[in-house]
Amino acid sequence: MAQTQPKPAQVGWFTRIAHPGLFMGWSRRLVVPLAAITALIFAVGLYYCFWGSPADYQMGDTVRMMYVHVPTAWLSQFCYAVMFCSAIGTLVWRHPMADVSQKAAAPLGAAFTALALFTGSMWGRPTWGTFWEWDGRMTSTLVLLFIYLGLIALWRAFDDQLKAARIVAVLTLVGAINIPIIKFSVDWWQTLHQPASVFRADGPTVDGSILIPLLLMTLAFSLLFLTLHLVRMRTEVMKRRIRSLQIAQARAAGGAA
Amino acid sequence: MIALGQHWEFIAAAYLGSVLVVGGLIVWTALSARAAGARLATLDAARPARKPQ
Repeated sequence: MAQTQPKPAQVGWFTRIAHPGLFMGWSRRLVVPLAAITALIFAVGLYYCFWGSPADYQMGDTVRMMYVHVPTAWLSQFCYAVMFCSAIGTLVWRHPMADVSQKAAAPLGAAFTALALFTGSMWGRPTWGTFWEWDGRMTSTLVLLFIYLGLIALWRAFDDQLKAARIVAVLTLVGAINIPIIKFSVDWWQTLHQPASVFRADGPTVDGSILIPLLLMTLAFSLLFLTLHLVRMRTEVMKRRIRSLQIAQARAAGGAA
Repeated sequence: MIALGQHWEFIAAAYLGSVLVVGGLIVWTALSARAAGARLATLDAARPARKPQ
């Protein structure tokens, strides 16, 4: 990229992240190792999903759907947490990369939320006898999907991405109220979903033979999100640079005419 | 492949759907990154060189 870059020795870590030119430099070196580690952990995780773990004593082999459902459900909320932090970065510090991060994360969050709903309904049919139930957890997750789609639509509705960033950031903060509702819905309302069984004060209630593939797949999906988010942020920086070059070209052509 | 029991079609659908969505995300992300990189390289190459100060 032909952008003026401060020398790394002259700047602090915050500026390194904030400056798009420097971000493009350090992030380029991270993409391939992150992708390789992600693929490796997916391979090990999938081995444990199908060959290295037993069937559940009650649910049988349908428990194997948990290894894709729980990580995607976790990411549907983690991705929103990333957008929430980025929205604060946009509104409070006007961080140059914060709105880039928000915009890059939204489609990933929508995809993982849709996948969580789909894998959940596939798991629900044999275990609960229904694909869908309007309970607190499923309904609030569906609302989360609509929030993601609304934010993506809002980004596309504006030509001025800096203006869009502030409006999207405000709505992202408002929409964050849905995250604790998803999290605590199983405690607040009568639901088909079970309460938390992994992250509990008294330790996980899941057997180790099932916990290992679950944690491996959660790590693999999380690394996949980080890799895709990083690449999408790089792409967004490039698109903004393309836009400014095109405007400069158009101005130059207008001045020459 | 292990035997997946009587509900194998739900398990297969869940994993197939995951592969399709994750694969789609990876391909979409890689293609848009490549397209943006190529477009940026073309625009950078078309810029007039700066005069040395």
